[in-house]
Amino acid sequence: MNAPIRRIGIVVAAMFCALLMSSTLIQFVQAKDLRERPGNRRTLLASYSKERGSILVGGNAVAVSKEADDTFKWQRTYPQAKMYAPVTGYYSFTYGAGRGIEGSYDDLLSGSSDSLFYRRLVDVVTGRPPAGATLELTVDPAVQKAAWDALGNQRGAVVALDPKTGAILAMVSKPSYDPNLLADHDLPKVSKAWSTLSTDQDHPLTNRAINGNLYPPGSTFKLITAAAALESGQYTPASELDAPAELDLPQTSVTLPNITGKECGPGGKDNLKHALKISCNTAFGSLGMALGQDKLRSQARKFGYGQSVTVPMRVTPSIFPATLNEPQLAQSAIGQFDVRATPMQVAMVSAAIANGGKEMTPYLVKNVRDSDLDVIDSTDPQEFAKPISGQTASQLNDMMQAVVDGGSGRKAKIPGMKVAGKTGTAQTAKGKAADVWFTGFAPADNPRVAVAVVVEDGGTMADEASGGIVAAPIAKKVMEAVVSR
Amino acid sequence: MSTVTTHVTKTRRNTELVLLAFAIGIVLLAYANVGMAVQDTVPADLGTLGIGIGVLALVFHLVLRWRAAYADPLLLPIATLLNGLGLVMIHRIDLAKGEDISEGFALRQLEWSALASIAAMVLLVLIKDHRLLSRYTFTLGLTGLGLLLLPLLPVIGKNVNGSRIWIGFGGFNLQPGEIAKITLTIFFAAYLVQTRDALSLVGRRVLGFPLPRARDLGPIMIAWLASLGVLVFQKDLGSSLLFFGLFVAMLYVATERRAWIAIGLTLFAVGTVVAWKLFAHLQERVTLWLDPFAPGQSDQIAKGLMGMAAGGMFGTGLGQGRPEETYYANSDFIMTSFGEELGLIGVMALLVLYALIVERGLRTGIGARDGFGKLLATGLAFSLALQVFVVVGGVTRVIPLTGLTTPFMSAGGSSLLANWVIVALLLRISDQARRPDVQESGNASIGQDETQVVKVR
Repeated sequence: MNAPIRRIGIVVAAMFCALLMSSTLIQFVQAKDLRERPGNRRTLLASYSKERGSILVGGNAVAVSKEADDTFKWQRTYPQAKMYAPVTGYYSFTYGAGRGIEGSYDDLLSGSSDSLFYRRLVDVVTGRPPAGATLELTVDPAVQKAAWDALGNQRGAVVALDPKTGAILAMVSKPSYDPNLLADHDLPKVSKAWSTLSTDQDHPLTNRAINGNLYPPGSTFKLITAAAALESGQYTPASELDAPAELDLPQTSVTLPNITGKECGPGGKDNLKHALKISCNTAFGSLGMALGQDKLRSQARKFGYGQSVTVPMRVTPSIFPATLNEPQLAQSAIGQFDVRATPMQVAMVSAAIANGGKEMTPYLVKNVRDSDLDVIDSTDPQEFAKPISGQTASQLNDMMQAVVDGGSGRKAKIPGMKVAGKTGTAQTAKGKAADVWFTGFAPADNPRVAVAVVVEDGGTMADEASGGIVAAPIAKKVMEAVVSR
Repeated sequence: MSTVTTHVTKTRRNTELVLLAFAIGIVLLAYANVGMAVQDTVPADLGTLGIGIGVLALVFHLVLRWRAAYADPLLLPIATLLNGLGLVMIHRIDLAKGEDISEGFALRQLEWSALASIAAMVLLVLIKDHRLLSRYTFTLGLTGLGLLLLPLLPVIGKNVNGSRIWIGFGGFNLQPGEIAKITLTIFFAAYLVQTRDALSLVGRRVLGFPLPRARDLGPIMIAWLASLGVLVFQKDLGSSLLFFGLFVAMLYVATERRAWIAIGLTLFAVGTVVAWKLFAHLQERVTLWLDPFAPGQSDQIAKGLMGMAAGGMFGTGLGQGRPEETYYANSDFIMTSFGEELGLIGVMALLVLYALIVERGLRTGIGARDGFGKLLATGLAFSLALQVFVVVGGVTRVIPLTGLTTPFMSAGGSSLLANWVIVALLLRISDQARRPDVQESGNASIGQDETQVVKVR
């Protein structure tokens, strides 16, 4: 019987070899694929058990991981929850790293980014537990707070930029949400919070400053129309424009009226500078038709309409319609019809004018620091475009100062300082209160901040609202927060 | 049957003692490691536990010195090591679920380990010669069959995870199949030793291949039908495979006829194909085997694979992985738990330990001087090998997952008891195989007598 026992031994050896091979296949050959499979809870949990980098604003964390006494090991907390939610985004076990910096720079914060390779190597050698990179933002806490407080309980958004660099000084969107609810480790509670937030009619998860359904820019678009006119070389701020009480639109029986119902100047004529100052609809409607849609569209595109920008969150491209008939062109020239813009885009237009025609790419992350807070990477300001000449910029600057000085934007005036601006009151639908705007910069002679403010449906003023009444005071407070230093 | 050519004179008991100390040292180190990793302290009961296990192992060692001085020196240390590591892993998974030693499975498993090893010692003391067992051939055979059928009875039979292989009374659960495995192996060995001559006779040749006589097909058909019965009525693919594979292997060893393997494999193929066509739960198993990640089905294999992948080459370290993410992490899937925390090298080490036990068992079979001992040792060793193959192969996708306990490591009393009894029997046979026997040496054994009478019934 010994020969068959030996043969059984060979069979047993073969069986064990099969097991050794299969486990090698799983734990060595396929290990990486299996680890990276979506739905691998272990990998998810592992990313949780590593200290995630903080997000800093003015030296204080607005998103930080604290040691937790549970399976997740680290609890992500947002000390100033709602005010910074559009900036930070959230970090949720169930819903992942979403929106804001958390979503856009997940690889840096979690420490898995390739740019941290050298750091990780050092950590392995020194035996230090690996940690994600810390991100230092451009946001100025005082400006953010001013914008947050000034907007009050109204729905809308505020963006403040440093026109010289493109650094985002404030980014506020209301209503906001508390990312702590989504970062909680009580998962049923999280999913409840999520369904409440995601079905809320007011869309608190949406960052209105860069995404959202986009707003008609209304009269703030007149800046672009004016820029196109000045850039064409056929117009100066003193050029006479047709400015009747109502502008007859060709091909239709509809007219484009002034809000006041009066002509903008004696004899139904007005010059470009004054038309901007009082936000004369008929003057800009006729100017738009005179320039033609190609010039207008091209000027809008140069400012960034239709172009994709990341800050690092992706900004929804603003829209200037592709084809227009004459009445639609007249409407578009005053920022109505199908023209749509993000507050970020509107702020970029002001910033370009403020910066002598040089438009800077907006950015939110100033420095990337490793866990020792040594700077690994810092953002260099970059030029986005040169949509207008220096001369056009200074002419527009001058015209915008007139708007604040004695025009529709008087409420944005800061004592002892020249402020430039433009109001907007955009009709969205019949019977619905307008979305009101203000965009501008200060100080006008040496700009340090450019802002865009939008308040949905007239805010607390509802039907009585206009950009000059509701949005301008908010912009004033935001600009003051910058220039008061 | 060939004669024993090795002339072993050393008992190797001292080797066993050193290896035993090593085994216990590794287990205690692993236990301390888990405590440090999970609770940041060396467990307070490390000393008590160490003394407890040490005393138990020492007593076992002394029993061997007293009653089986020539027994194989590797079996006890390896069984102790596997049992101990299993305990540590079960305890570690208890901790992950937030259960301390008084709430989880670990204490129960510890009690069972003690009980099982004491049972093994008692067996060694009581049974001085394994040939005694062959006197009770049919009693043991019937007991085995009865135990196998027990879970099918109403009231005490229990359905657990779709298989009806448990019995329970008063909060006390047992898998009688584990014990049946041993009594049936003894029965097979005794029966086949008696009938092997008849079974090795050649009937007609088919395509030049010598087949047994048709009338001798009876036993294999009965074994086949019984295995199918287990599969159909208890829905236990693993046990079915184990019993039939074991029977065919022993039949082959007893008769030295490869025809039996061919017949066995054919019957096995027919049985599985028919069963696969008929039963939805088998089809599910096969689909799960082919694509463990397909949506809409159980993710138990997938979770085990991800656990092993998380461990990679060197593992996360004991207490630092997440084996509790896998279902049955402390029983059928305990190998993936080790794969996660000890890595590929840990899995390989464990597989080698199993292979060593099996190898020592087969060697005992070769060394044994009586046909019954040879068949019994081979059968027991092969059943261990088959069981490891079926359960580890199931979780590593070599074969469809069937659900068997992992010998010595799975949480569960009946399995531990059965495996320690196997160790006791192997120790007993190996003692006789290695003992320099003055009285019998030189005598030709009966099997080699060329004028022996062949019983043809």
